Amino acid sequence: MSAQAAVTAKPSGAQRAMRFVLPIIVFAAGLLAWELMVRIKDIPPYVLPAPSIIVLTLIRDWAVLSQSLATTLLTTLEGFVAASIGGIALALLFNQSKWVEYSLFPYAIVLQVTPVIAIAPLLLIYLEQQTAVVVCAFIVAFFPVLSNTTLGLNSVDRNLAGLFQLYGASPPQTLRFLKLPAALPYILGGLRIAGGLSLIGAVVAEIAAGTAGAGSGLAYRIAESGYRLNIPRMFAALLLLSLAGIVIYGVLALVSHLVLRRWHESALGKES
Amino acid sequence: MSAAQTSSTVEAGLTHLAVSLRGVTKAYDNGVMALGPLDLAVRKGEFISLLGPSGCGKSTALRLIAELTAPSSGIVRLARHEGPAQPGHGIGFVFQEPTLMPWTSVRDNVRLPLKLGGVPKAEARARADQALASVGLADFADAHPRELSGGMKMRVSLARALVTDPDILLMDEPFAALDEITRFRLNNDLLALWRSLGKTVIFVTHSVFESVYLSQRVVVMTARPGRIQADIRIETVEPRGEEFRTSAAYSDYCRRVSAALAPSYSGQSTL
Repeated sequence: MSAQAAVTAKPSGAQRAMRFVLPIIVFAAGLLAWELMVRIKDIPPYVLPAPSIIVLTLIRDWAVLSQSLATTLLTTLEGFVAASIGGIALALLFNQSKWVEYSLFPYAIVLQVTPVIAIAPLLLIYLEQQTAVVVCAFIVAFFPVLSNTTLGLNSVDRNLAGLFQLYGASPPQTLRFLKLPAALPYILGGLRIAGGLSLIGAVVAEIAAGTAGAGSGLAYRIAESGYRLNIPRMFAALLLLSLAGIVIYGVLALVSHLVLRRWHESALGKES
Repeated sequence: MSAAQTSSTVEAGLTHLAVSLRGVTKAYDNGVMALGPLDLAVRKGEFISLLGPSGCGKSTALRLIAELTAPSSGIVRLARHEGPAQPGHGIGFVFQEPTLMPWTSVRDNVRLPLKLGGVPKAEARARADQALASVGLADFADAHPRELSGGMKMRVSLARALVTDPDILLMDEPFAALDEITRFRLNNDLLALWRSLGKTVIFVTHSVFESVYLSQRVVVMTARPGRIQADIRIETVEPRGEEFRTSAAYSDYCRRVSAALAPSYSGQSTL
């Protein structure tokens, strides 16, 4: 209670520090409670492993897990790059021609609203496994890039567009000097969502492919460890996946901040 | 009275005209008439104001002159430079908002018209800096627009309009959003620029005081569809300065212009 009162009274340095310190305290306390509970109740590791065991497993199995991590990250990256290029390119195409937009946009929505977990088995039948996994990552990540870029390209200031018209700008000039920069904050927002989603898409496809048995990504390790009741390794793989997601988000947020920091409201502190 | 006078000027001295509109109308897509029929002749080097209630089509008239939109009927004619026709270079446009690109520096904003016109980078940069100096912002070339005050942003917008050295400067309520002191200063700076550069200025405003202070001619427009209600010449000792703003002649003109404007508001609520 008193801590909260102090925070509301002094919203500057103390509050900012608390935003980092408090989650860490909660995390540490949770881990401690978990560890203690497992030890006191003597829960066997195949039911619930203690955090210390998970960390040990992570170190011991690093050779296997790191390779799986690399596989999953590569899939995620491929899906992300494909989704970024595809989403931005299609949005540009939509922006050039209303007819193309009217013809194709409904299908983009269909692709988005159909759960990828339901599409994955089909893709695995028709495509090579690695390709199918990348395609899943692409399908999940592509729509936010498309819709955000479309939104951005349509939010160009009307007067600025008039100005470009007044000075006889060619369509490529308008695209390069006006539309793309104006859409950039939206595109970056789309990419930030797409980064996390492509990881999800990759994991979903790996899980779906898991029973086919040829995969080696982190999600495959989780499924495999589950069958073998190797619960500590399941947790370790899960931990890696979670960290990978955090890092992907962090990197994209950082890129976005660096690109926009000189001009866009979203990247400027509240105080300025 | 003056509508007839204006059209006779159109017939008489076409070579002296910077802009002439004849029988120009503009209808919206839904068929509502926004403007006209409008006859207007602006001599080269003249400073005129279009004054009228909101929605009377003043801005539409400017957009027609800038060829940002096409008239539904009638003729818009502009005096052009001799030599190769480069679209837009005869015209500088200052919008109601500063309309700057927030993602790039003040210098790049001012340089934009030259960049689009294919002027070499070094020359464009020099001319942009010169235009910025002419509005007193030489020191802010590397700043981003968001780092400037409202008045400074408007100056940047003005510098951008001047950078192509246009013959005609179109200004669409450029100072409407500024506080009064800033507005007065920009009024004076604009007059000084107009005197030194000799451009034709068409200035859209809804402020009686601003129009009388700045212009040689105040063209009062009716409510929609906008037509010319009165064309009042403002004659005083040049160059104008703060003493004109406080003179009896100034308030006389303001009274006359207000009286001419009153019928345009008669059909509207007092809100």
